[in-house]
Amino acid sequence: MESVLKSSKGVGFEKSTARLSRRQAQSKIMVGMTIISMILALTPLFSILGYVLVKGVSALNFDFFTELPAPPGEIGGGMANGIVGTFILLGLASVIGIPVGLMAGIFLSEYGRNRFGKFVSFLTDIMLGVPSIVVGIVVYGLVVLMMGGFSAYAGGMALAFIMIPAVTRTTEEMLKLVPNHMREAGLALGIPQWRVIMKIILPTALRGIITGVMLAIARVAGETAPLLFTAFGNMYWSHSLNQPIASMPVLIFNYAISPYAEWQAQAWAGALTLIMMVILLNVTARVITRKR
Amino acid sequence: MKRRYGDQVFKAVAYVFGCSIIAMLGIMLWEMFRGSSFAIDKYGPSFLFSKAWDPVAEEFGAWPFIYGTIVSSLLALAIATPISVGIAIFLVEIAPKWFRDVIGFLIELLAAIPSIVYGLWGIFVLSPIIREYIAPVFINTLGTFIPFFRGPSFGVGIFTAGVILAIMIIPTIASISREVLMVVPESQREAALALGATKWEMIRKAVLTYSRSGILGAMIIGLGRAIGETMSVTMVIGNRPEVPDSIFDPAYTMASVIANEFNEASSNLYLSTLIEIGFLLFAVTLLVNIFAKFLVWTTSRGVQEAK
Repeated sequence: MESVLKSSKGVGFEKSTARLSRRQAQSKIMVGMTIISMILALTPLFSILGYVLVKGVSALNFDFFTELPAPPGEIGGGMANGIVGTFILLGLASVIGIPVGLMAGIFLSEYGRNRFGKFVSFLTDIMLGVPSIVVGIVVYGLVVLMMGGFSAYAGGMALAFIMIPAVTRTTEEMLKLVPNHMREAGLALGIPQWRVIMKIILPTALRGIITGVMLAIARVAGETAPLLFTAFGNMYWSHSLNQPIASMPVLIFNYAISPYAEWQAQAWAGALTLIMMVILLNVTARVITRKR
Repeated sequence: MKRRYGDQVFKAVAYVFGCSIIAMLGIMLWEMFRGSSFAIDKYGPSFLFSKAWDPVAEEFGAWPFIYGTIVSSLLALAIATPISVGIAIFLVEIAPKWFRDVIGFLIELLAAIPSIVYGLWGIFVLSPIIREYIAPVFINTLGTFIPFFRGPSFGVGIFTAGVILAIMIIPTIASISREVLMVVPESQREAALALGATKWEMIRKAVLTYSRSGILGAMIIGLGRAIGETMSVTMVIGNRPEVPDSIFDPAYTMASVIANEFNEASSNLYLSTLIEIGFLLFAVTLLVNIFAKFLVWTTSRGVQEAK
């Protein structure tokens, strides 16, 4: 009996230990590869943040926030009109995009639990993937051509088009997280359904919805492509929403591809300002949800 | 009775806004079709495969842009997929929980950086690195027997565009893959480990096989992003409307030609042609997204059934 065991161990065991250690080595290598892939993905992130910080800070000064762009070759100047313009465009986009997205989200969550609702929900997902440049062309045809020129309205419209599906999607998701017994309790008290939605369901999910809206704003804040032929850009102050208007992303684009070192430096300063804004919105949104 | 009246009004308003999503998509399709009908009528399907691009002589063909879009997007996908799946595996199977949150946040930050900033970094940082260090390596090794890797290295071109697109779609593919991996039932892993599998064998056989179609869906969503991405590509691809011989040559994509030339389009035909390219881009991204959604949906439905 013992001899049988020994012999079977003798032949198979060495082979299988060799194979086991090879398999374990392979396992370790592959686990190492996943760590390398993570490092590979994070290197560009740190490189981008580092360059934007270093090059941006060196070009950033008080004038940057208060002065108009200087002509090429002249030292100084800033992006004041672009910063204000970006906020105006974001304001316009929010005024159009948030109510529409919110109501569409309410529809999907409260009335859309049927085939039609599923179809609309599906379309919302599809819309999230539409390239922003396509939105630019559409708004060019709908607004710019009709109104006879590039304008802040057209730019705001384009950004709103991009915001709406994002706001709709988060509103729907957040409202669906509200437990059904809250709806039932409200209805059982005899409160009309629409007041249950507006006074009980919506406030319960408000924190999540605000997060979603902030992320949507952060996403469109850096959009450039749809602004190229809607808001167009402006080297001066715009005095009316009917005029072309400057924005940070478009200024950064024009400066970055220009041959002037002074303008390129300003592009980095613009990128720093933009990135700080976007990160601030993202972090705030995260903090809001985490408190829950 | 008054109460029901309020309910009906609110419901009607909600329905109107719900329908506005359908209307938006409808308006977009209609507007793109209307804008491009002049070019569609004039050229017909041959437009897709014509290499001509001469705005002065009004000769237009979309092939250089279609080619540039396909090659740069596929290159991006080829670079981004293994890295993204690696990150997802690391986050779900290997990393400790506190580390997972930190890395998850950093990857999300990568997704939050605006495209224009990627472009800026691409011009001034990535492009010189590729010109000086990365492209010569490929040209001197693979280039000796594959013509596609030959030629001078300008720093701007399809390869640089592919790399920057890869960086931009990594967060998308990684975060969807991560979600897909997270729904793999714990019993699958336990069963594989109980049979004596090593960690990697467990991941490959029990986790990756199980989530295959979800990861494919994530890849396709990433592909859709890469196809439609405009600004960063416009800034690094070199903007030359020709079908390039080498992967390091300057080229053009559908999105970047629209971004660059839309405001310069001097004639109706030129403008209509650019809108047709946009229409094509729109149609392709719609199809890609529908397909991806379908794939992810089949995986998650399988999971629900298993529950």
